[in-house]
Amino acid sequence: MGKVSSRIKGRRFVLQGRVQGVGFRPFVARLAARLDLKGWVRNGPEGVELAVWGTPRALSAFSASLISELPPLARLQRLRVRGLSEPPPEGFAIVETRQGPSHTLAPPDVATCQACLSEILDPGDRRFGYPFTNCTDCGPRYTVIEALPYDRPKTSMRSFEMCPECLAEYRDPRSRRFHAEPNACPVCGPQIWLCDARGERIPVADPLAFVVRTLREGALWALKGLGGFHLVCDAQNEAAVRLLRERKRRPKKPLAVMVRDLAAARKIAELTPAEEHWLSSPEAPIVLARKRRPFPLAESVAPGLHLVGLLLPYTPLHHLLLRAWPGLALVMTSGNLSEEPLCYRNEEALSRLSGVADYFLLHDRPIVAPVDDSVLRLCGDRPVLLRRARGFVPEPLSLPRRAPGTLAVGPLLKNTFTVTREDQALMSPHLGDLESLPILRRFEETLTHYRRLFDLPLEQVVCDLHPDYLSTRLAEERAQKEGLRLLKVQHHLAHALSALGESAEEPALALVLDGAGLGEDGLIRGGEIYLVEGPVFRRLGSLSPVPLPGGQAAEREPWRMLLAYLSFFTEEVPEPLRKIPAEKLEVARRVLSRGPLTTGAGRLFEALGCLLSGETVNHYEGELAARLEALAAEGVGERPYQVAPRRERKGVQLPAWEFVREALRDLRAGVPPEEVAARFHRGLAQSLARVLSELSEKTGLRRVVLSGGCFQNALFLEETLSALEKYGLFPVFNSRIPPNDGGLSYGQAVYASLSRASAQRS
Amino acid sequence: MASGAEGIVLLDHGSGGRATHQLLREVFFEAFERSPELLDAALLEDLQGPLAFTTDSFVVSPLFFPGGDIGSLAVHGTANDLAMVGAEPLFLSCGFILEEGFSLRDLRKVVRSMAEAARALGIHIVCGDTKVVPRGKGDGLYLNTAGLGRLLRSPAPHPSRIRPGDRVLVSGPVGDHGLAVLAAREGLPLKGLRSDSAPVWPLVKPLLEVLGEDLHALRDPTRGGLATTINELAEESGTLIYLDEAAIPVRPEVRGGAEILGLDPLYLACEGRFVAVVSASRAAEALDLLRGLAGGEGAALIGEVREAASRPLVVLRTRVGGERILPVLTGEPLPRIC
Ligand SMILES: [Fe+3]
Ligand SMILES: [Mg+2]
Ligand SMILES: [Zn+2]
Ligand SMILES: [Zn+2]
Repeated sequence: MGKVSSRIKGRRFVLQGRVQGVGFRPFVARLAARLDLKGWVRNGPEGVELAVWGTPRALSAFSASLISELPPLARLQRLRVRGLSEPPPEGFAIVETRQGPSHTLAPPDVATCQACLSEILDPGDRRFGYPFTNCTDCGPRYTVIEALPYDRPKTSMRSFEMCPECLAEYRDPRSRRFHAEPNACPVCGPQIWLCDARGERIPVADPLAFVVRTLREGALWALKGLGGFHLVCDAQNEAAVRLLRERKRRPKKPLAVMVRDLAAARKIAELTPAEEHWLSSPEAPIVLARKRRPFPLAESVAPGLHLVGLLLPYTPLHHLLLRAWPGLALVMTSGNLSEEPLCYRNEEALSRLSGVADYFLLHDRPIVAPVDDSVLRLCGDRPVLLRRARGFVPEPLSLPRRAPGTLAVGPLLKNTFTVTREDQALMSPHLGDLESLPILRRFEETLTHYRRLFDLPLEQVVCDLHPDYLSTRLAEERAQKEGLRLLKVQHHLAHALSALGESAEEPALALVLDGAGLGEDGLIRGGEIYLVEGPVFRRLGSLSPVPLPGGQAAEREPWRMLLAYLSFFTEEVPEPLRKIPAEKLEVARRVLSRGPLTTGAGRLFEALGCLLSGETVNHYEGELAARLEALAAEGVGERPYQVAPRRERKGVQLPAWEFVREALRDLRAGVPPEEVAARFHRGLAQSLARVLSELSEKTGLRRVVLSGGCFQNALFLEETLSALEKYGLFPVFNSRIPPNDGGLSYGQAVYASLSRASAQRS
Repeated sequence: MASGAEGIVLLDHGSGGRATHQLLREVFFEAFERSPELLDAALLEDLQGPLAFTTDSFVVSPLFFPGGDIGSLAVHGTANDLAMVGAEPLFLSCGFILEEGFSLRDLRKVVRSMAEAARALGIHIVCGDTKVVPRGKGDGLYLNTAGLGRLLRSPAPHPSRIRPGDRVLVSGPVGDHGLAVLAAREGLPLKGLRSDSAPVWPLVKPLLEVLGEDLHALRDPTRGGLATTINELAEESGTLIYLDEAAIPVRPEVRGGAEILGLDPLYLACEGRFVAVVSASRAAEALDLLRGLAGGEGAALIGEVREAASRPLVVLRTRVGGERILPVLTGEPLPRIC
């Protein structure tokens, strides 16, 4: 006996990352059984803790498999191992969770897995047709978790007592539902019911059949899903879609549509393999893809755009609804009025959406943390997240350095915040425009939730330089009230840092093309070339400043910007400007010189969007820039506009108005708007790349970081990447962090982590 | 009018010598009905307290604009500041900083306009001073006025007396002055704009008398406009003030002009309006009273005071039903207007 036991060694592991709520413990148990190891595994405050005893050979096989065979949803961030001298226990066991101050993470929500889908579609299964089916591989996570470590009593499932069958699954390490915290079935789990707009219950035997019938008749539904409500209507019914737009007060902004499966998605959009991959990923975001022509859905789903936002069902409820739906697609847009946050409580939805929806589909599983659908598009095969929410939050992001507890409050529009824990950044889901009172409240609720969930003591707050952002005011207020250090970071530096992320310590050139942000020099900036070196930057160039007539009004009404660019070279009034009343045009022209100046690139895209689409105003942020891209997508870009930089005292300046002059000249010569748009896209990318290559030679830096709202435009991003690569430069761009203001808070957090480091060094 | 050197302000006019005396005699004394005896200070007899004392400087371009000029503005501005603490305006001083070369004719017009505005209000301009700065060192004319008034009642209206539940009234349409001055300065072809520059005491006095302690606070929305003023009130009282966009009176010409310029009328200055915060139970009565008075016809009930959740805020219920936070702006969204 002594001989054998001397060969037996013990090892203890602590694993951190996304290791809870992903079937990690049963995976370990199965592995131990396979390799004939003894020991135990448990969830603890620091992550998964486990101890195994076996032969050295079995132990090293265990270590290797632990990493190579990780369950699909698990992510390992840290692994600590040490030897054990004590003797092994009998067998292998999954033991009780150890409590303590939490260092674990709440996993993001996961789209329904294939196994669960088969069950709900199988008439012989006890979960046939059950809308809340889930397992350790899929289901609600972030949206139901009240506290960590992740355990059923700390989720909104705690009020549902598991029936004996569910409990047996939950306790059986061989079951797919072993410790599936939201485990449920028709006997013991949450239920759906229907209401009319007054909240009166509609008694029907088959609720989904009723939903489908009324949707076919053109009704609007508010449907409670995973992270909140959706507003739903028939995506092929023009009248229904228009009614939804009218009631939601959202005249033009594109609406997402949900389809049953990839086959249906392919009928609506021309999908690339990468787009199909993302559509069917566990994150299940809305993917923006190229519309098929003729477009088989109502034109007002995404008017004037070449893209349509598609998503696949990501809960059993969605699967069941879409399978019962005889049409091609359903509009699934977030359940809120414009400028309001997503509704997620039954009563709240009934009161706030009663003017929008004719009917409500409700359920009794409370949503703890509301979260919108994420939005993603592809640039070639590379994903660019435009809105980071469901499926991605609260997955931590890495920081270049450990930061003291930091709150980064983000900008005013498309707000998110980020809080840090050591060298990790936890970004909030997309929240919205902070100047809306209910969204400000949602900001505060979410922040309270995050701080409680992740146990985050704060030492500092970081905000934008803009004194009139409400987020800046909140930061100042909190810093003062809680005695925290206050850091301010220039908007476009934060954008650049958001794309550099954990590699932000290495110097790089940065091209930030954005709408508007306050420059450190008081100018409204947004078309900048910097040398970024950790938390400091130096401006090497920019677009040349132009008047921003009417300030904010120029953002809402791009015709004002078109007028500003035209004023550099012509008195002529091209077509779209003739739609503007003469008096208005005259006044706008007179005050051109009075307004603030801007270098914002977003304004250039919008002005050209105005010139080429003939539309004069934005119904939603950046509409005419999106229209411009839609035009460019149909063009070739044969003779791109080459604009030469001017060397000014303060650096290189690219005279943006020259692009407008070129565009106007081509239009006059009869070049179609699509081709003009394409020439502009390629021309701007190439002109900037040339400037950057010269700066690269001067500085010796080859890495170029791209960020800012203009890079939501995948066509332009692609042109820029290829132009830079031709010069042998290495572009870095936003992928998992939105390039728009939705990613700004992460950039601010990166800044905070670096600026502390620099303070310590000096 | 005299031509040549006689027609403009000279550096000598500020010397304190004969030229100064002549300027005072010919331009000021007659208009202000003061005797030419030159004392170093005005003697004010039989003043009963409590008194209110204020000062304001006026820098406006252009000096003459539709609906007023820097002279009437300097009287209204200071008199209105007195009215805002519930004080009846009694005496005014005036300080003129003249730029060499400024037209004497324009100076006479300004002085006469001041005198007229003072007379209409029953306020006495009792002392003054003029200085001349060299050409290029001033924009023609700067004016300063200080005012002395008597509190009509005690306690005076004060933002600290604002309570949740109170109602917010405005005495008339907002934004007229700011936009009229801007349009005049830039020579913009906008029609129907006219400054609202006017004394508010004739409206404030009856309100004070009738409402008594139920009149909690007064403030005139000058620089920064209504939005800024309401923010100050929220801040100083630690409350949330909830405004109804549809109820806020803005003349169509102002709304239209502001829209063209990309300005928000709620941030444009008024010079003859005030905001009153009153007990809810007296709001309807206060509104009726104001509307029945000359100059108060456009008064409106625009909002209410609520308990602040975590911080003082001003929230605007928009026409489409949203709830937008009306921020305090750090800088001017406009060039400087007075
Ligand atoms: Fe930005
Ligand atoms: Mg004043
Ligand atoms: Zn599953
Ligand atoms: Zn069950």
